[in-house]
Amino acid sequence: MRALKAALAGLALFTAASTVEAQTEQFIPILSYRVGPYAAGGSGYFGGAIDYFNLVNATGGINGVKLQWEECESEYTASRGVECYERLKKKNGGASVVEPLSTGIAYGLLDRVAQDKIPMTTFGYGSANAADGSVFPWVFPVGTSYWSQAAAMIAYLGQKEGGLDKLKGKKIVDLYHDSAFGKEPLPVFEAFAAKYGFELMKIAVAHPGNTQESQWLQIRQAKPDYVILWGWGVMNPTALKAAAKFGYPREKVLGVWWAGSDEDVIPAGDAAKGYVSAAFTAPGTAFPVMQDIAKKVYGAGKGNLEDKSRQGSIYHNRGVTYGIIAVEAIRKAQEKYGKGKVMTAEQVRWGLENLNLTEARLKELGAGGMFPPIKTSCADHEGSGMVRFQVWDGKSFKAVTPYMLGDKAMIRKMVEESAAKYAAEKKITPRDCSKEG
Amino acid sequence: MTFFFEVLIGGLLSGVMYSLVALGFVLIYKASGVFNFAQGAMVFFAALTFVGLNELGIPFWLCVPATLAAMILLGLATEKFVLRPLVNQPQITLFMATIGLSFFIEGLAQLMWGANVRGLDLGIQDEPIQWISDATTMNVSKFDITAAGIAAVLVTVLAVFFSRTRIGRALRAVADDHQAALAVGIPLQQIWGIVWAVAGAVALVAGMLWGARNGVQFALTFVALKALPVLILGGFESIPGAIVGGLIIGASEKLAEVFLGPYVGGGIEGWFPYVLALLFLLVRPEGLFGEKIIRRI
Repeated sequence: MRALKAALAGLALFTAASTVEAQTEQFIPILSYRVGPYAAGGSGYFGGAIDYFNLVNATGGINGVKLQWEECESEYTASRGVECYERLKKKNGGASVVEPLSTGIAYGLLDRVAQDKIPMTTFGYGSANAADGSVFPWVFPVGTSYWSQAAAMIAYLGQKEGGLDKLKGKKIVDLYHDSAFGKEPLPVFEAFAAKYGFELMKIAVAHPGNTQESQWLQIRQAKPDYVILWGWGVMNPTALKAAAKFGYPREKVLGVWWAGSDEDVIPAGDAAKGYVSAAFTAPGTAFPVMQDIAKKVYGAGKGNLEDKSRQGSIYHNRGVTYGIIAVEAIRKAQEKYGKGKVMTAEQVRWGLENLNLTEARLKELGAGGMFPPIKTSCADHEGSGMVRFQVWDGKSFKAVTPYMLGDKAMIRKMVEESAAKYAAEKKITPRDCSKEG
Repeated sequence: MTFFFEVLIGGLLSGVMYSLVALGFVLIYKASGVFNFAQGAMVFFAALTFVGLNELGIPFWLCVPATLAAMILLGLATEKFVLRPLVNQPQITLFMATIGLSFFIEGLAQLMWGANVRGLDLGIQDEPIQWISDATTMNVSKFDITAAGIAAVLVTVLAVFFSRTRIGRALRAVADDHQAALAVGIPLQQIWGIVWAVAGAVALVAGMLWGARNGVQFALTFVALKALPVLILGGFESIPGAIVGGLIIGASEKLAEVFLGPYVGGGIEGWFPYVLALLFLLVRPEGLFGEKIIRRI
């Protein structure tokens, strides 16, 4: 009996100690995908985020609070992603923030995160209207959305032509993945076509997009001034190869940022040379934060990328950037709710809504120029909307523009209209952002 | 009119690429009456192994026999560990086994060589042949013509193999009835091993050509989806059927996308071949070149 009591007491003590220990670390669930069709992107991106978390832990944590994370393989499928979220959301004291890197999973979690009060970031994807934080308090398309990108693309093409007014009479093809992702920017392109007087020709590519002869034959016949490549996965190198096959200059193909990674151009070989794509982060290992990761994380044998040569690749740096945003949101929350304390998900949500990553702060973090400054608010969960353009020279992407904005006023108007429509459909009463602090 | 012919020719040449994948399905079906769900995974495995070996520093020319050896090993292992224990089981059981096999091969390939996307340069330019462009204003790619030539050679070799060799005849007997074939002394395991190895070789050819065009990545497994309507149309057990089916599917999907697509919002070539195959099924369920099944009751 005494032994049983001792065992029970020991178990109670162990459980209590475990709980205390769990509460000293900030938990972030990672819904990664490292197998399946999108493994290359998933392993690079989530590898980058974990590398940054490891760097933060190696340098003392966030005011002493160490990060803790657990991965769950979503395989990029919505059902598995939702299952992973459900499995991890209450673990280790509860999830602080979730980033699924999948529009499908994000849609699956939209109502759940609001119910569970866990903030979700959709860094560079998802539905653009979520930028209106008064309607979507728990969703953060932080950085930039598809609509902002579409606006920046038109601004870039205008710049190439010598002014937006010069787009009048031009013909622009939108070669898009026939999915919700591909159709997302259509209202923006249509609005700009009406505003600037260019002809918009929409050509859909059926998933997965591994054959595109018929689309490029139509393009060849139409002789457009530019082709916007709104593609994903195998569709991208196939499009670039087809452009070469049908003699369309790659310099006139402008890709979405999901068509602008090393994985999109390398398979296309020489056919990708001269191709320009959008980007919301910069690649390369020259940034001090990337050098720190190389030295303190990979040097200590804790690097997450199996292939170390992928350090500094588009996906890796994008993952590191997500890591920085998540960590800075927690740090911001600590400033309000107590330095050195573990933040609740609601407190992290506040941090995400009050981010102010200025150029100076980015420099302090060793990420100056790696991504544009971000300043979020209750009304603006995007916080930036800036995009830069980069050209593939056959070996690496080189910037051809600084970070730039499209017609932000027009996009904001569209965001608010779309969010208001969503709120009416779902019977959501938008928050009064003037009362949020 | 020139544009119509350009679409038609482009479609026919694309169809040849589908046929290359369909051939692998036909081989397995002829030998075992099983629809091999893992054929797409085999294409992926072959291409990834090829570029993986090349990355290790093995010369390009040596990678071909080395990958071929790997595919033969994979075929023999499949026979030994998957098919042999399932002899005389219903065909649906064998089909289900190939579904499992498909996931296993996909995982094994990524485990062995990683998930990175790779390029594959076979040295064949995927650019228009200049003199054809000059003479007709039509674009016909050197790569497509080469792929068509390779497919023609493959079909000839396989057709001779199946109709003129002892193994080929044995294979046809096995396809008709496993038990009867065993009863007359045909070594079932050996025949299955050979056929899976040949299907592996065909997967290597398809994987190299598709990999050179789209990059070597997981999406190569999707090329199998392009072969399904080809098989329905051409017949599951006919090698010439795979070629003719491929040509019909390739040409019709391109013509439909270009000339019908704009009226229905585009992006129809993903499902159009299936609708065509479905309509064809209603008229001729065994496919163009499939054996007509006559059952006595």
